[in-house]
Amino acid sequence: MAQAAIELIGINKSFGAVRANRDINLEIARGTIHGIVGENGAGKSTLMSILYGFYQADSGEIRVGGKPASIKTPNDAIALGIGMVHQHFMLVDNFSVLENIILGAETDALLKSSIAKARSELDRLEREYGLEVDPDAIIEELPVGLQQRVEILKALYRGAEILILDEPTGVLTPAEADHLFRILRQLKEQGKTVVLITHKLREIMAITDTVSVMRQGTMVATRETKKTTVEELAELMVGRRVLLRVEKGEAEAGGVKLAVKNLTVKDSRGVTMVDDISFDIRAGEIVGIAGVAGNGQSELLEAISGIRRAVSGSVMLDGKPIDLTGAADPGELRDRGLAHVPEDRHHVGLVLAFEENENSILGYHDDPRYLKGPFLDIDAITADARDKIEKYDIRPANPHLKTANFSGGNQQKIVLAREIEQDPGVLIVGQPTRGVDVGAIEFIHKRLIAMRDQGKAVLVVSVELDEIRSLSDRILVMFAGRIVGERGPDASEGELGLLMAGVEQEAAA
Amino acid sequence: MSTPYAKLPAWADYGLIPLINLSVAFIVAGFVVLLVGENPFRAAVILVEGAFGKGTGIAFTLFYATTFIFTGLSVAVAAHCGLFNIGTEGQAYIAGLGIAIVCLSFDSVLPWWLTFPMAIVASAAVGALWALIPAYLQAKRGSHIVITTIMFNFIAASVMVYLLVGPLKPAGSQAPQTRNFLAGAELPKLNWIIELFGAKIRSAPLNICFLLALVMAFVVWLLIWRTKLGYEMRTYGHSPKAARYAGISETRIIITAMMISGALAGMMALNPVMGDQHNVAIDFVSGAGFVGIAVALMGRLHPIGIVLAAILFGMLYQGGAELSFEMPAITRDMIVIIQGLVILFAGALEHMFRPYIQALFASFSPRSVGMEAVKGKGA
Repeated sequence: MAQAAIELIGINKSFGAVRANRDINLEIARGTIHGIVGENGAGKSTLMSILYGFYQADSGEIRVGGKPASIKTPNDAIALGIGMVHQHFMLVDNFSVLENIILGAETDALLKSSIAKARSELDRLEREYGLEVDPDAIIEELPVGLQQRVEILKALYRGAEILILDEPTGVLTPAEADHLFRILRQLKEQGKTVVLITHKLREIMAITDTVSVMRQGTMVATRETKKTTVEELAELMVGRRVLLRVEKGEAEAGGVKLAVKNLTVKDSRGVTMVDDISFDIRAGEIVGIAGVAGNGQSELLEAISGIRRAVSGSVMLDGKPIDLTGAADPGELRDRGLAHVPEDRHHVGLVLAFEENENSILGYHDDPRYLKGPFLDIDAITADARDKIEKYDIRPANPHLKTANFSGGNQQKIVLAREIEQDPGVLIVGQPTRGVDVGAIEFIHKRLIAMRDQGKAVLVVSVELDEIRSLSDRILVMFAGRIVGERGPDASEGELGLLMAGVEQEAAA
Repeated sequence: MSTPYAKLPAWADYGLIPLINLSVAFIVAGFVVLLVGENPFRAAVILVEGAFGKGTGIAFTLFYATTFIFTGLSVAVAAHCGLFNIGTEGQAYIAGLGIAIVCLSFDSVLPWWLTFPMAIVASAAVGALWALIPAYLQAKRGSHIVITTIMFNFIAASVMVYLLVGPLKPAGSQAPQTRNFLAGAELPKLNWIIELFGAKIRSAPLNICFLLALVMAFVVWLLIWRTKLGYEMRTYGHSPKAARYAGISETRIIITAMMISGALAGMMALNPVMGDQHNVAIDFVSGAGFVGIAVALMGRLHPIGIVLAAILFGMLYQGGAELSFEMPAITRDMIVIIQGLVILFAGALEHMFRPYIQALFASFSPRSVGMEAVKGKGA
């Protein structure tokens, strides 16, 4: 057994009465890739924040390289050779790569010498680890995969021996993710230690040597990756058996419910985000739109649901056109049987400051069922909310609790319950399970498939390829605002990945 | 990493924290008093006694409070819709014009109980119309409501000066104000209520507008938390994107909320104009609109909080007047400093002590901060 790079002994951390970490013991061996998995809120990020000096543990000991260490600020962590690549990059967009790398590590009041030193050092690092980046490129002009590489270089430049990556593949295409993994393996070969925080079990299996599972603030197991399975890890994470792929029968597609024709949409800066897109969705089928985030999926959803103005094209709902001029009233579309679960539940789908029952009528607050003249019928609203809470197993089962106090999965269930229970003919869903824990994912997927089996038309947009493949009857791949391919649900991940990356494929599907 | 969300029990949220903020404000104010060489404890006694010690003092305190309830409610209604109506001052001022027209026309023919409802409608209508223009500009043109409402305060002031030195001024008068209203536009005093409790009152301006203010506080509560319109306003206030998603028209909700806000601001003018001075004079609002911002913030945008905060500011006004009379070293400006400190600690620095108090509560009794509920099991 190699010497431990990091030992955490009896770490406890509470926020108020929430015990985010309890009695965590963890040993990370030098020169390995160590995965940490767990549902949202299991305490992974808290633990890493303690290690990186953002938080102080209430009790417990950290040892780095065998010696007890006191890490009070990120600077202490950096001094001990710990580097972190955050989920959301901490880069200055309009600075060059080089400027970003020396930021905070300048040696002089004048930049010239720092830059010269950084340039030669960067050159060495790039050669050593295969991390090619143009040092003079401006960050905002780089694709996300390269931006992430800059973050890694930043940590290495500061002498990191131990590299923590927090959900590093969330924004990457499958190809970019593969490239990242190659880099991580190379780092390992050079003797660096990598800690990978993720909720994607497939990645864990692909790249780690050891994996630790967290659940509700405790470390429930540490396994050698070779000796475990995805099923076992999922079960450890949730504490019960979960179906990773929902069973579903053949689709019985009926008539066209929603027809999108030559739709073009621009964003607020006037950039064309949706470029002349056409597709149909039939009753009784789930159409999935795959693509890397930012390729026009969001704008497409917003245009169809009447929130965003379209430049040209048409959308027909049950054979009748939807007003795309931006004057469309989303309320009117709801009356016509189009329900929308938006991508951003925190700012769009829910008002987090509201009580749960208030959110359960958002968008349907004109419905006479919930009103007595100009007044809200609080009793009816609450009864209705209780009903949905029971049906969708929303916890805690308290319709008067502030929505912000529900977990991500339960918040998403509040939105889904509201939209599905209106019995719409067409349901469009953006990122159905983003930030949702494994247990709830299964539930949400089952609900969507149940909708399909009732003969509804369902459109799902997701950046999770697994989700698209497991749910969809047909998969459309979006790249740079266009639909670049249509595949069946049995399309391989590699094939879809290439389409998502915009690689033209000669081979027909 | 889920951010821990600590919630305080309601009594601490609405009682303890404002009390702590207020105490700190008074302690700092005490040092200011010390600085000018007066005894802060004696000053505090004079202030409180001046406001609540005698019947007349109480009546004056409640008279000022009436004004602040209206402006506080006005600011709060707009704030619930995410709009910072800084134009309460101007909306109240220009509403004096509506009142003047009603009163000057009918005070010789109608009794007060007929003039009053008409004046209520007129003041609310003029206030609402004055808020309509900035609201329209915000909703349709994206002109920032803070900027436009400030501008409209100046416009209102200029218009009123023009009218009060010109068309509305009786011929031959030297004073920039309307003629005094006759009995048909004088509101009944409420001093008898305080006299019921055995206190003696010389002359004080507390009048029936106080009751109107309390009714409006209840109406605002109903509007915000019990009507569909209030629901839509709150939705827009918390998240314009969610409002768009829910099919709430941005234009309609901004304009409606601002007009209600303007109407409440306008009704403030009834209190000094019909209840006290019996004329419309230059600068009769004298900053009450801006105090309304502090009152609304301190009252946490809730009508009950606003009534309490308004009484507090009424006390500072009345007690402050007594104080500067009793302690010549403490001038009117000093009183403004004390009021400023209260606004600073209760309004601007409202959240300064909150984290500590939350931590304290959490360590005492986790359940009281609703922690167990947050960590619901499973998904």
